[in-house]
Amino acid sequence: MTAAIDIRALGYSFGSHVAVDDLTLEVEAGECFGLLGPNGAGKTTTIRLLNTLLPLQSGEVEIFGRSVRTDAMLVRRLLGYVPQQLSIEGALTGRENVEWFARLFDVPRRERSARVDEVLEMVDLRADESRLASTYSGGMVRRLELAQALVNRPALLVLDEPTVGLDPVARDSVWQRVAQMQRDHGMTVLLTTHYMEEADELCDRVALMHRGRLRALGSPTELKAAAGTGASLEDVFRHHTGEALDDGEKGGLSSVRATRRTARRLG
Amino acid sequence: MSERLVEPPAVWADLRTRTGPALLVSRVGTFCLVELQKLRHDRSELVTRAVQPILWLVIFGTTFSHIRAIPTGGIPYLDFLAPGVIAQSALFIAIFYGIQIIWERDAGVLTKLLVTPTPRAALVAGKAFAAGVRSVAQAVIVVVVAALMGVAMTWNPLRLLGVVLVVMLGAAFFSCLSLSIAGLALKRDRLMGIGQAITMPLFFASNALYPVEMMPGWLQVVSHVNPLTYEVSALRGLLLGTPTSYWVDFGVLVGSAVAGIVCAAALIGRLAR
Repeated sequence: MTAAIDIRALGYSFGSHVAVDDLTLEVEAGECFGLLGPNGAGKTTTIRLLNTLLPLQSGEVEIFGRSVRTDAMLVRRLLGYVPQQLSIEGALTGRENVEWFARLFDVPRRERSARVDEVLEMVDLRADESRLASTYSGGMVRRLELAQALVNRPALLVLDEPTVGLDPVARDSVWQRVAQMQRDHGMTVLLTTHYMEEADELCDRVALMHRGRLRALGSPTELKAAAGTGASLEDVFRHHTGEALDDGEKGGLSSVRATRRTARRLG
Repeated sequence: MSERLVEPPAVWADLRTRTGPALLVSRVGTFCLVELQKLRHDRSELVTRAVQPILWLVIFGTTFSHIRAIPTGGIPYLDFLAPGVIAQSALFIAIFYGIQIIWERDAGVLTKLLVTPTPRAALVAGKAFAAGVRSVAQAVIVVVVAALMGVAMTWNPLRLLGVVLVVMLGAAFFSCLSLSIAGLALKRDRLMGIGQAITMPLFFASNALYPVEMMPGWLQVVSHVNPLTYEVSALRGLLLGTPTSYWVDFGVLVGSAVAGIVCAAALIGRLAR
């Protein structure tokens, strides 16, 4: 059977900084796969390579047997993507935001309205669909983004840190929906997170990434068993990298975020 | 690892969809529609942006009509000026359109657009003609104001359709210029500065305010490579019936719009890195 994602010897550098280093990974169709690691581990770069946002430098990526390098347009049709950053067109209503993406994915005109209804229903936003998206709360924006990503019935849903910045209630509601859609539609889900408990609960398999390299791969149960009795995924991470999750190089999360913000500002 | 039995993804059926020109047309339509939806939700920009062209007509236009300093080939100066002001207001909207795409980049929307099955050229063309839609909305206001001030313009629907086309093409070129600069400058304030720096020269080095023949020789050369000149000529021909070569005007406008789209499509990816 064709793998949903087939990554072979993938490498990517920003100048002299190696973001992804010789990554080989296979994700089966229908599974929920978690890419774990601290910020700066190379998760987002990996995702931006497999969703055609960045051009491949070395290695190969195939999505359901289609090469990202040569078949980018087809790969995009197979994908639903929710980026790390909350991103919605605030000057449009919730419904218009979803219709926009339905059109961009060539959802046939006669099905469009029903499909938009369906996904808005799924994320529980029908009641608020006519409000401008700029009035939505963070959790609602994330749910609206899920609706946008699902309107083309993707074979592979890619979620990059989908719950960062959400309060616990909103976070639960996003995860519940992801889990349900995955169950109901047999969709393959690839997500990144640094919340170990989330990966533990949702993912069939997880890959631990650290400094661009794959450090461990397996089901949460397998990985925990390898790290010793009663280990959490947090312990697993420490076991495989010799470091705590939140204090990687350069002072951990907060400094990486600050660096990213600066990088974005400087363009 | 357990082998899972999964139905082939439902999306396979959707893969045989639009390609080539059909896709381009569909994307342009989509972005124009989104622009209209945004305009419908917030019309305030239409009003604030109408202030400047109205001032040009009311103050500059009326004053220079009295002075009679500019040879306009027998038509009142206000009439001569009106198409120039339409082109100018479209230029101002288009030249700052790149700011919107930088904003979309900062807001993460551009990233999502770039992973939809939309080739860069179709994305840029969509944006370019969306700028056209906004410019046409603005042009309608200027036309109405000019008509109220007594400018004798045509109401022939075919000619007005031609005006819409000219404004769309002009806006497409200047917004692509803006998108290209956005792709190079990458920052909003830098783009603002460059936009400010080039708008007035583009405007003054065109036939919007005075006939090209009045200009010094070097400025005439600049004016002849400035697409705004051809936009104004076509608008004057269509609205007032002044003589012009539509083949040349439309040729330049179509050519520059296509070149602009190609150039911006090549540069736009830089915003997503």
